[in-house]
Amino acid sequence: MWVYQKKLQYPVKIARPNAALAKVIISQLGGPDGETGASTRYLNQRFSAPTAEMKGVLTDIGTEELAHMELVSTLVYQLTRNLTMDEIKNSGFDTYFVDHTTGVYPVAASGTPFTALTLQSTGDPIADLNEDLAAEQKARLTYDNILRLADDPDVRDVIKFLRAREIIHYQRFGETLRGLLDTLDSKNYYAYNPSFDQKKS
Amino acid sequence: MAENESKAVLLNRLQVCDFILVELNEYLDTHPDDTEALKSFEKHRMMREQTAKTYTERFGPIVPTDSTSTTRWSWIDGPWPWETDAERRA
Repeated sequence: MWVYQKKLQYPVKIARPNAALAKVIISQLGGPDGETGASTRYLNQRFSAPTAEMKGVLTDIGTEELAHMELVSTLVYQLTRNLTMDEIKNSGFDTYFVDHTTGVYPVAASGTPFTALTLQSTGDPIADLNEDLAAEQKARLTYDNILRLADDPDVRDVIKFLRAREIIHYQRFGETLRGLLDTLDSKNYYAYNPSFDQKKS
Repeated sequence: MAENESKAVLLNRLQVCDFILVELNEYLDTHPDDTEALKSFEKHRMMREQTAKTYTERFGPIVPTDSTSTTRWSWIDGPWPWETDAERRA
């Protein structure tokens, strides 16, 4: 189960609205490598995790990703407060506004709504952890691209925090994968997963 | 920890403690026998506990079960985390 803490993981205080930036940043809520996908991926994959370390890592990183969804949503919310109709029309935010006004909806910057087709839960812990390593790198590079597009220091500060967490999570998933490979038969150097065929009592 | 510390100072200390605890938690998931990390976790856990106690006594609940009032369910009172103080609405 989960309990909501009435505070953000990292402070968000955006002084100036910026609809164009909100339209880009929302990709890390509902886009292909965003935080909704991250939490959904890890919190579902953990049920087929064979080791104690992997159950812990997927549960705890999956939980932290829920807090990151809230940070990205808060950025979008604060960037779209008090917009004028001219700002909405001239920023390219009008295509979002027509469906959602300034409500927060999980969507990629390109307009595709969040879809679980961007993630997997294979039941195979080696395949899952390799996906998780790639997912953290893809999220990290998306934050790098946001930093290339964002000038506002209030926004950049939060994005840099989120980017740093992707790097740490990549590290933890790497350790988890190495630990898992150590549990395999030493002759299994192709690292195929034997867990489905070897039933536990 | 001074009695007159502001809400912002206490909230910041709570966020710092919780961040350190999340970071150590994830590290300990893959290093469960690292005694240095375990000692650091315990140190920051105690700091977090004291900070949360002071914060909730003065500024209201962080989790619903922090609520102790028998006259007002202050859990719903703003600002909520995504809001700034300027848009505070109860």
